[in-house]
Amino acid sequence: MTRVVWALVALAAHWRRHPINFAALVLGLAIATALWSGVQALNEQARESYRRAAQLFSGGAGGVVATSGGLFAQDLYVKLRLTGYKVSPALEGSVRIGRNVHRLIGVEPMTLPRRMRLSGVAGGDSFSGFLRPPGETIVAQQMLKQIGAAEGDAPLLSTGRKLPPLAVSAEAPADALIVDISFAQSLLGKPKLLSRLVLGDGPKLDQETLKTLSGGALRLVEPQETPELESLTASFHLNLTAFGFLAFLVGLFIVRASFGLGFEQRLPTIRTLRAIGVSACALVAALVAELTLLGLLAGALGVACGYFLAAALMPNVAASLDSLYGAQVSSRLSLDPAWFLSGVGMALLGALAAAASGLVKAFHLPTLQVAQPFAWREEQQRVMLRQAALAAAALAVALAALLFGESLAAGFVSIAGALIGAALLLPLLLAVVLRFAEHHARTPLWRWFWADGRQQLSALSLALMALLIALATNVGVGTMVEGFRQTFVSWIDERLVAEAYFEAASAEDAQPILAWLQNRAEVAAILPTWRTQMKIAGGPVEVFGTQPHETYRAHFPLLDAAPDAWARLARGDGVMVSEQLARRLKLRVGSMFEIAAPGGLWRAEVVGVYPDYGNPKGQLRVDLDALVAHWPDALRTNYSLRLRAPQDAAPLLHDLEAQFGAKIARAIDQAGVKEISIGVFERTFAVTAALNTLTLLVSGVALLATLMTLGNLRLAQLAPVWALGVPRRRLALMEFFRLPLLALATAAFALPLGLVMAWLLVAVVNVEAFGWRVPFHVFPGQWAQVLALSVVTALAAAAIPVLRLARTAPAQLLKVFADER
Amino acid sequence: MNDRLRLPACPWRARVSKFTQRVMAGLVPAIHAAPQPTPLGRFRSNRNIAQRLGVDGRDKPGHDVLSLSLKRWRVPIAAALLLAPALADADEFSTLSRKAPGFTEVAPGTPIVFPRDFAAHPGFRIEWWYLTANLRDEAGAAYGAQWTLFRIGLDAEKEREGFANQSLWMAHVAATSAGEHLFTETLARGGVGQAGVEARPFRAFIDDWSMAAPTDAPPDAGLSRLRVKARDAAFAYDLELVTDKPIVLHGDGGYSRKSDRGQASYYFSQPFYTVAGALTLHDRTFKVTGEAWLDREWSSQPLGQGQKGWDWLALHLATGENVMLYRFRSESEPDYFAGTWIAADGAAQPLARDDTIMTPLAQTPIGDKSLPTRWRVEVKSRALAIETRPLNAQAYNGTRSGYWEGPIDFKGSHEGRGYLEMTGY
Repeated sequence: MTRVVWALVALAAHWRRHPINFAALVLGLAIATALWSGVQALNEQARESYRRAAQLFSGGAGGVVATSGGLFAQDLYVKLRLTGYKVSPALEGSVRIGRNVHRLIGVEPMTLPRRMRLSGVAGGDSFSGFLRPPGETIVAQQMLKQIGAAEGDAPLLSTGRKLPPLAVSAEAPADALIVDISFAQSLLGKPKLLSRLVLGDGPKLDQETLKTLSGGALRLVEPQETPELESLTASFHLNLTAFGFLAFLVGLFIVRASFGLGFEQRLPTIRTLRAIGVSACALVAALVAELTLLGLLAGALGVACGYFLAAALMPNVAASLDSLYGAQVSSRLSLDPAWFLSGVGMALLGALAAAASGLVKAFHLPTLQVAQPFAWREEQQRVMLRQAALAAAALAVALAALLFGESLAAGFVSIAGALIGAALLLPLLLAVVLRFAEHHARTPLWRWFWADGRQQLSALSLALMALLIALATNVGVGTMVEGFRQTFVSWIDERLVAEAYFEAASAEDAQPILAWLQNRAEVAAILPTWRTQMKIAGGPVEVFGTQPHETYRAHFPLLDAAPDAWARLARGDGVMVSEQLARRLKLRVGSMFEIAAPGGLWRAEVVGVYPDYGNPKGQLRVDLDALVAHWPDALRTNYSLRLRAPQDAAPLLHDLEAQFGAKIARAIDQAGVKEISIGVFERTFAVTAALNTLTLLVSGVALLATLMTLGNLRLAQLAPVWALGVPRRRLALMEFFRLPLLALATAAFALPLGLVMAWLLVAVVNVEAFGWRVPFHVFPGQWAQVLALSVVTALAAAAIPVLRLARTAPAQLLKVFADER
Repeated sequence: MNDRLRLPACPWRARVSKFTQRVMAGLVPAIHAAPQPTPLGRFRSNRNIAQRLGVDGRDKPGHDVLSLSLKRWRVPIAAALLLAPALADADEFSTLSRKAPGFTEVAPGTPIVFPRDFAAHPGFRIEWWYLTANLRDEAGAAYGAQWTLFRIGLDAEKEREGFANQSLWMAHVAATSAGEHLFTETLARGGVGQAGVEARPFRAFIDDWSMAAPTDAPPDAGLSRLRVKARDAAFAYDLELVTDKPIVLHGDGGYSRKSDRGQASYYFSQPFYTVAGALTLHDRTFKVTGEAWLDREWSSQPLGQGQKGWDWLALHLATGENVMLYRFRSESEPDYFAGTWIAADGAAQPLARDDTIMTPLAQTPIGDKSLPTRWRVEVKSRALAIETRPLNAQAYNGTRSGYWEGPIDFKGSHEGRGYLEMTGY
């Protein structure tokens, strides 16, 4: 045991003499861990939020809502209670504080089922304080920050009314203001109205009874669709995880490179230790102990960095989850020890995996052979062959996953296989290139230049592999995102033709609004977009009903359509399906589609498939009359407005709101919708872009670290050349250019790899993850960027060691010969 | 704020875990959070609501009576409504109990007027309609039934409309057989029609539970005919009550003193009902007959101090007479006794404080408590000396604040049946 400790001390002393190598090792591992654990933190936070959201209203028991959508009279609640059904009333709505819109939920704490989270919130520690004026607004801590108020403040709403004083509760949902039902009714201007009943214990309410009791005004709904949130968002999280893992992989390349170098440098020490009687076992134990300590240190550091990374990305992730899936994710990180431990554990495993080959070598290395530093380089040929074999295997796996896999995971396996295979092939390819250059070199110095490059390759290869992966990812993701952006923006332009949109509070409220609109000169057409939701094959599907109109015939973008699609839709025997739904159910134009509508089974033909980017749910478009016939419960509150001039939209909506106030649930003009949609897009890919950049940064660090540690070792190769009469300055210049050349070659190789990756993302991952496929665009401008980026990275990485070389005293160079073993 | 963060995830969790529970006394969380009641005179057990209400904190910011115990008791709000503020120490308690600002005071000499006083009194802090029935099925097996509605006023301001209304309503219903005791409770906000009490025709209701004049009764029937209904998953009853006897005013014309310090309530009873109806226990329905006792009481008065709880008896003597008796147990003072002797024609005579002797005979363990479920009772002036026996010694209502409420019978100088209520054990 003591022997192991002393061996450890002797080995660790090395790091004191090579702090840069040590820093590279720790940094590499820490960054890799940071990216990985940061992504894990984001995912965990989001899942936690889904679980909280799921409990918020449903408690797993569903609820009662108005059949026609919107609100219903509180007398219906009383009627149900007096009949013996234990329901609890709630009213949800939006309020504006400053420029932000917040969700206001009014609850009735005395009847809330105790299993519900909100009941805890509203129970609070001051029950009468919650009920009695001025009441309380229960909020989560982060909501306080969002509002920019302190506990006890009564924020002013845009309506001029004041919220009850704020009170913070850890139980409060992140995104809602909870008040007593009495305050909600008055603040929202909905006296005697409710939006939902929560089902309590007691007699079970069935759809028929409810229909009879409420005269058809109420219906039972499934437990809030929140449980689906987890499955809907799964692909988003898998994307994040894949990125995190990729970054971790790149980090491991650094660790492997750094540790490999450290190992090589310490071979003399190892030999000495073996020679004075330290057993191979004790030596390996010492190395493992050292690695463990390193792993713990770097892991802890990495997890801490991961926390900050996640905290920085969280608002974006939360925003995109919200806008993409309507998932409310608290943007304040809360983390548990398990997360910390898993991060450190990952770092430890990674370190051991990266160092495994070194350890095995240390165990098997004969004592005498140890005397030769860089012994492994003699094996270069063999190593390269082995790498080529591994690369072939990785590529084969990638191909197999592509051909036979039909899931998101398979898509990622393809990408990972392609990246790893290509990375392993990289040294081989570079060696071929260098050999080629060597053969065609005119002068001996240049021949040496190329030959020396080849010799350097094995030391640099890991860093270059990391660079290759980072660059390829950059190209791949960049191509995908940019392609999606172009498609998305032009699609939004085509799709959003109507100048304004509004949603009435209820079908009854819509009538006077429609009458009012018909008398407005600026309104050219009022297009109902009635809607409902259903489940098809387990997944949520929105059903839209529209009237035949030029707006759709001329502008609605279709991917594929029967010749007379719009006419057949209007006849009521055809439906159009979104691309997502078509892919999920394997529908094509001409397919017969059996829809289990509430009005009875409906057999309709698919007459068109249209893109519906950004929608996690499937969508079905039918004629308005067909919607009413097959879904009598459909929500009849949404309308699109065609105006004679686009600039009329804002004043019209203003008048509309002024005229009808509470009867309007939402009203927005075209520009508003576009802004929201593009915002969703930008935020969704902001995270992707951030991780992408970080990955590139990691590979830059890898390159830099490798070169710094190589600097001193290079002397042995450079000294003879210097002794033959090549000035130091010239030597330094040659050194300075060799690396960018290698980087450029790597980048050149990264381009096609990146395109392959982009294709996999667009054609496999996106389709599996989101259900849509965007056209594959290429962006040569981006390529130039990536090439430049790689050269700059390499130049930066090469600069410091080269400067050091240029300044190396001749005596130092001479010492190489004196020290030669 | 920190206190809030420490709150249990759901303070309601302590609520009755099922809508109806078989009494597994001691397993019911609320039992452990039993009140330390202080009497509002002859208030009955759950009436430690009254105590809560007596403890008005509005003159002490942050100590509103309704908010007091939630934090520490891990109990639902209604329990907080019910639970006596054991956390309030004696000094604070006496300070707080001096006044109930804004609410109407109970004053002697105020006439009780019918049917007006059948209905709710929003100016008062607390009131209840409390029915207990001793029943027998066709085979002769005995049962008990309880139907209780409480109204609690959050403040004495002008009545607000809709959910903003300041009245909170709560009801307890129970059914007892020799083998089991089933109970449940429900809550409602005032102002929306989910619960309330109307005077003419009389109708007290909450959810689908009601105590009301039958539809075929004449409008001025008052309380002479009632139909009482309650329903839950495990039990239900539907009882017709009828009497031709007058209503009995307790104390001084309905002004019922609760202590020497002047606490009082308005209190009247109708102890003469004969009952016929149906009682369902776990899907088995019995035709039942028997007698019932209705109590009606309202007050705003704060409480005395130092008392631990009370033992209350309502006795239907075989002679046709009725007796109401209670004792308040106090740690610091001698027990306080009071009662009313009601002749068969309804003539009421208050009993002197030293006229009554109540002696526990046998203790019954219920959960981690022990309650005296058998009593020896004497009323010296009337030569009454009886021993009572519970129909079901486990008749414990494990509601937010637990208390014992069950049918009894008695033998000795007189025979008959009645109800026993015990709080604060």
